[in-house]
Amino acid sequence: MTNIFEESRPGRLGVQLPPTRTEAPAGIPKEALRAELPWPELSEPQVVRHFVRLSRMNHAIDVGFYPLGSCTMKYNPKINEEMARLAGFAWLHPLQPEETVQGALQLMWELEQDLAELTGMDQVSLQPAAGAQGEQTGILMIKAYHQSRGDLERTEVLIPDAAHGTNPATASLAGFEVVEVKSDQRGGVDLTELRAKLGPKTAAVMLTNPSTLGIFEDNIVEIARLTHEAGGLLYYDGANLNAILGKCRPGDTGFDVVHVNLHKTFSTPHGGGGPGSGPVGVKAHLAPFLPGPTVGRDGDRFHLVPGGPQSIGQVRSFYGNFGMHLRAYTYIRSLGRDGLTEVAEDAVLNANYLLHLVKDLMSVPYERLAKHEFVVGLPRAIKDRTGVRTLDVAKRLLDFGIHSPTVYFPLIVEEAMMIEPTETESKETLDAFAAVLAQVLEEAVTDPELVKTAPHTTPVRRLDEARAARQPILRYRP
Amino acid sequence: MLAALDISAIDDLFSDLPAEVRLNRALDLPLGMPEMELDRHVRALAEQNRNLTQLVSFLGAGVYDRFIPAAVGEILRRAEFYTSYTPYQPEVSQGTLQAIWEFQSLVATLYGLDVAQASLYDGATAAAEAVMVAVAETGRTSVVVARSVDPQVRGVIRTYARGRPLAIQELPLARDLSDLNALGRLLSQETAALVIQQPSFLGAIEPVAEMVEMAHRQGALAVVVADPIAHAWLEPPGAYGADLAVGEGQGLGVPPSFGGPYVGLMAAREGLVRRLPGRIVGATVDVDGKSGFVLTLQTREQHIRRQRATSNICTNQGLIALAATVYMSLLGPEGLRRVALLSHEGAQDLKARLLALPGVSALGPAPTFYEFAVNLPRPAALVNQELLAKGFIGGRALGDDYPELGPGSWLLAVTEKRSAAEIAAFADAVGAVL
Repeated sequence: MTNIFEESRPGRLGVQLPPTRTEAPAGIPKEALRAELPWPELSEPQVVRHFVRLSRMNHAIDVGFYPLGSCTMKYNPKINEEMARLAGFAWLHPLQPEETVQGALQLMWELEQDLAELTGMDQVSLQPAAGAQGEQTGILMIKAYHQSRGDLERTEVLIPDAAHGTNPATASLAGFEVVEVKSDQRGGVDLTELRAKLGPKTAAVMLTNPSTLGIFEDNIVEIARLTHEAGGLLYYDGANLNAILGKCRPGDTGFDVVHVNLHKTFSTPHGGGGPGSGPVGVKAHLAPFLPGPTVGRDGDRFHLVPGGPQSIGQVRSFYGNFGMHLRAYTYIRSLGRDGLTEVAEDAVLNANYLLHLVKDLMSVPYERLAKHEFVVGLPRAIKDRTGVRTLDVAKRLLDFGIHSPTVYFPLIVEEAMMIEPTETESKETLDAFAAVLAQVLEEAVTDPELVKTAPHTTPVRRLDEARAARQPILRYRP
Repeated sequence: MLAALDISAIDDLFSDLPAEVRLNRALDLPLGMPEMELDRHVRALAEQNRNLTQLVSFLGAGVYDRFIPAAVGEILRRAEFYTSYTPYQPEVSQGTLQAIWEFQSLVATLYGLDVAQASLYDGATAAAEAVMVAVAETGRTSVVVARSVDPQVRGVIRTYARGRPLAIQELPLARDLSDLNALGRLLSQETAALVIQQPSFLGAIEPVAEMVEMAHRQGALAVVVADPIAHAWLEPPGAYGADLAVGEGQGLGVPPSFGGPYVGLMAAREGLVRRLPGRIVGATVDVDGKSGFVLTLQTREQHIRRQRATSNICTNQGLIALAATVYMSLLGPEGLRRVALLSHEGAQDLKARLLALPGVSALGPAPTFYEFAVNLPRPAALVNQELLAKGFIGGRALGDDYPELGPGSWLLAVTEKRSAAEIAAFADAVGAVL
């Protein structure tokens, strides 16, 4: 498909604007002005048709099943979108007088309270713009906490080998050394190794629970005790909170700080890769370090509370992605206390049901109850006999209108496929997915070339990624 | 489904939660609401606010009340865009990938630099990430940030710097511009980056070319925080040698939305591409030779490089970058120039009217674009309160962020949305409350 630069024709304009009175800005020295701006020139119908055509080349939740493990691709309710576009929210300037934004501040205050209740934490900041930024905020607060106690030798963050890549990247960017902790035979944190690696240098342990294997870490109380005994703090990566809503709260299992992904658990749309939102919650001993401002309440008036003297400072401009806060708030009010618990129940039911359907097709590294997702591997017999790999199976699924699960993650499972159906999929969708997977695995044996050369029906077929990295073409050049 | 799993109740699926960690009570949250009631409830909250369609605003300070063509919102509502995720499977994500590649092309062109990445959370985090690029590139640990840079941006840079042994020095103001004599003293062989803003937070056109040259003489990288609308007219940072340009993309078709979501822009010269944070899309071909797009240079990123990644960024601001891409495509060079010039004309008009009022003076002699600062004979915060009673949102009172400018210092922005009549009425109202 052509790009907007190729579609350009001189003299076209996609919007009607009033005339200007002058030819050029006044009083600005000529050498400070640019000679040209070589952007494309397009009409409104051209632009609309271009982007509608592009949209049709995307898979999306509203198009079909999207079982991308660890991403919680649940349905995004339409009421959220409608509410986010109300002028009373969309057209608020973040620096308007407080008395003109009481509704927005009340919404943020209530969301802070709700997230504190759902995670078992004492105080919440909505400022972080994404999960990774929530992690950064949490780890910087942990650093500030140790420093405030004069505890300056804590230079290490312990992270399980199954963790998301953002965990070690965050710890490292916050100035810590990353110490990897192996998983045990059951897919949990290896307690012997954890004991050996904890010590006076430990600043924190970062954990996702349920883990990226979709397994609930049942030693969590012991892990928390060991971490705290060593003087470290326990960080909760909230990527998988969807599995335990209303069933168990990170704050009650010993975590000191959590981040929550509103774009996963709380249904705000993923937007083709953002915007997300990653609020952080803390226990009282970390509250002085929260980024400001947060929202305070004084009777029926709401106001912004700047960060205190020990605050790590702001991690983003203003108060975070308010548009995402309001979608998440709408979702929480829609489902309420019982509905949110049902979310976890149905997500876990769907995952276990789908695991039941595919467990004889794929190899199952850990025979345990699944939570919201599970990890399976391509059977070695198929790989050895046919040369078909997990990537090929993933690509073949695209031909059936199904987005591939997450593949080759976590790194500790060979030929991994991480499947998260979410609670918003019906039994028919799960049955159909299992049937397609069975068909693809059979094709892998009977016609391996068909699978290895998949996909066949998508807008483009397999792309040359090596070439893209070797000879980067990162922009249009005439 | 329960029968297939050979269990009698869903709760059996949670038997792996140890008894001592279970929440054995209902959540302390309100009951759920049917959609009709929910709609009423959330609308009622929205109606407690007084928004920019009800009040006439001259407030900017990094976020602007600009016109958004209807086609932008229409494209954003395409579910194929907003309910998809990061394009991990490029064969079924060409729409998102090509749109990002077009975004990168437009941003790189706007800033006059070689490459742009796929967006960051906002302008402030983009600036902080650019500082980290400069630190990694130079191996130096001191950063000079002009006080004329947006206080929000400076705040985020300070927070990001907590992770590393970085020293941040502020370049003071000399009236309405950065103090070049002080800059000469602050820059050294230890300086990794100089961060400046054009136009400055105070609206002034800074002598950026000279400042970039001074940074380069010491081997430091120059990071320019560049407003995209004003750069319809202003010399692009790449043309005067900036190594990185970053900016807040909110003005490009994104509503103010009480602070977010916005989109951070970042462009750089070619040599820095492998140090850039976040996603980058590249063009390539498929097995049939058909052209297409993929996420590329991923060995920089956290999901491959883990603790050695250039940044921890995973999700960027895909949908907001799309909004900006549609906006830039609709406006083109002529539309953007017109939006910027209309804003500039309005600002010049307002500035002249305010300076004609007794006791009001300009902050300094430097030319301004569509935002400018004045000194009032009364505290700006009080003036704002009285203007609100007349239906206006006044400018940003600068005294809290810039005590050196005094309580009367006041920053005003005019966009293409402000009519001549609104500007005149506002100037009259200011005259009445002084």
